[in-house]
Amino acid sequence: MMKFLKLKPTVGLLSIPYSLIFIFFFFIPLTLTFIISFWDYNEYSIIPDFIFENYSYIFKDCFNFEKDMCVTFKTYLSTFIFCFVTWFFTLIIGFFVAYFLAFYVNSITWQIVLFLLCTIPFWTSNVIRMISWIPLLGRNGLVNDFLLSTGLADAPQEWLLYSGFSIVLAFVHLYTLFMIVPIFNSMMRIDKSIIEAAYDNGANGFQILWNIIIPLCKPGIVIGSIFVITVVMGDFITIGIMGGQQIPSIGKIIYVEMSYLQLPAAAANAVILLALTLLIIWIMTKMIDIRKEL
Amino acid sequence: MLNKKNKTYYVCVFFFCLFVLFLYGPTFTIILLSFQGPDGGLTFPLNGVSTYWFEELWRGGSVVDIGSAFKRSIILGVIVMVLTVLLSVSAGLAFRKKFWGSDTLFFATVASLIVPSIVLSLGVALQFRLLDDFTKWLGSTFDINYINEFFQTTLGMFTSGLGAQLTWTLPFGLLIMFAVFNRFDKSYEEAARDLGATPWKTFKEVVFPLIAPSIIGIALFGFTLSYDELARSSQVMGAGNTLPLELKGLTTTVTTPVIYALGTVTTFVSFSVIGISIACYIWLKRKKG
Repeated sequence: MMKFLKLKPTVGLLSIPYSLIFIFFFFIPLTLTFIISFWDYNEYSIIPDFIFENYSYIFKDCFNFEKDMCVTFKTYLSTFIFCFVTWFFTLIIGFFVAYFLAFYVNSITWQIVLFLLCTIPFWTSNVIRMISWIPLLGRNGLVNDFLLSTGLADAPQEWLLYSGFSIVLAFVHLYTLFMIVPIFNSMMRIDKSIIEAAYDNGANGFQILWNIIIPLCKPGIVIGSIFVITVVMGDFITIGIMGGQQIPSIGKIIYVEMSYLQLPAAAANAVILLALTLLIIWIMTKMIDIRKEL
Repeated sequence: MLNKKNKTYYVCVFFFCLFVLFLYGPTFTIILLSFQGPDGGLTFPLNGVSTYWFEELWRGGSVVDIGSAFKRSIILGVIVMVLTVLLSVSAGLAFRKKFWGSDTLFFATVASLIVPSIVLSLGVALQFRLLDDFTKWLGSTFDINYINEFFQTTLGMFTSGLGAQLTWTLPFGLLIMFAVFNRFDKSYEEAARDLGATPWKTFKEVVFPLIAPSIIGIALFGFTLSYDELARSSQVMGAGNTLPLELKGLTTTVTTPVIYALGTVTTFVSFSVIGISIACYIWLKRKKG
């Protein structure tokens, strides 16, 4: 308490409005979600209780290994696969875009201009960016026209749109920026003299990349990975629109349960999703201190 | 050195250009397709050139009431923008020193960016549902006429909707403030204080002009992220939908280029806001120098 009083109290007070928003729209809602996941419900209302049925229902038949994999595990597996594939492509593309910006663009002005060029789409509508793939990938889209006219395919390819492929494509399109920004930030902090020293000592480009740049970019890579993985884990919109509402995801289960007003069941699913997400983040943040990276 | 214009350099340039094409290409296709003639479809080839689909959009034919959704989104975006700037700048100032609960608040800020949006949306919806039940209970227990007759729900665009969006925009604002103050030269401020300026005067005359360009950045994030926000808003907007929510609904029902026309309009709004922000940023930077 003494330590608190010694600080200038007035400056700390400026954080109160910000804190109130987080108490009211972050802490309380998440706590309520946890509590309500143990409640009972019927068609019209949610009923205070302390039951585990919402959870046990999710994993019904999941531990009976003689049968096929249960719906829940299938959905989780499919979501994990989307996470991994999206993570892989955003990392590779994001890394090389950041690498180009940080090491091959020499003027600061051009660096800012090109960086902004990558960032601007982030400030536009995600839904529009998703549906803008339709004229390209649809049955009569440009890609199919091209494939048919060049004879590379003799029938329109159906897997291009409303498929796992188009979902990953949209994720990569929307979220590569989440990789570029933190990796670029890490790269800009690398002391150029280290690279020059390595070069003078005879290291080739690949050795510099592998032994200096990548290790020093680890914090950026981890932060970017956390963003991409968590955003895909909880997604229901991209998977919905780009999957033609046919492909399941964890987020979509919650969304559907909410629309049927099965709120405690949705809450139980949300708790599990949140726990999984936090577990992944916890493992990844073991590797770095986020606050130092800003 | 790396910056030598060797083969790798050109490979990188080519790769970057491909990436930019990948980023912008699809958006420009739908902008192009939105200017088709009345017989146009969802794909190429272009059937004539006209502004038919924009007129169609304007008339509201076949589409839900886009005009009012658009207006709602803009109003909400401006409110979110103003609050994001005010709250994150003041919190950013507070965070320059450690204060009681600062670690928790920082944790919440980062957590809010990575909590799945659907989970947060569900949480806020549950909270306001309980709030509704509580209000109705108050009404019936204490026989409050106003509640019993007129009360419907606390859920709405400017209550739950606004709050849910702020949990998405505020972290960006605060992180920008962190980045600003990590590179901030404190000596200007100390000089002002030594010359006898009050804390408020120091802020107004010294700190604020220095951070003003970054505040434009925060405002840009506040508006655009709110204007396009979808996942967090999905369960908490109450009766009136925002534009992205309407758009999401339209993706499954509309099969004419009218949806591209709408896409062109909202992309135009976003680009204008981004353009204005960048212009303001440059202007403020120049003024400072």
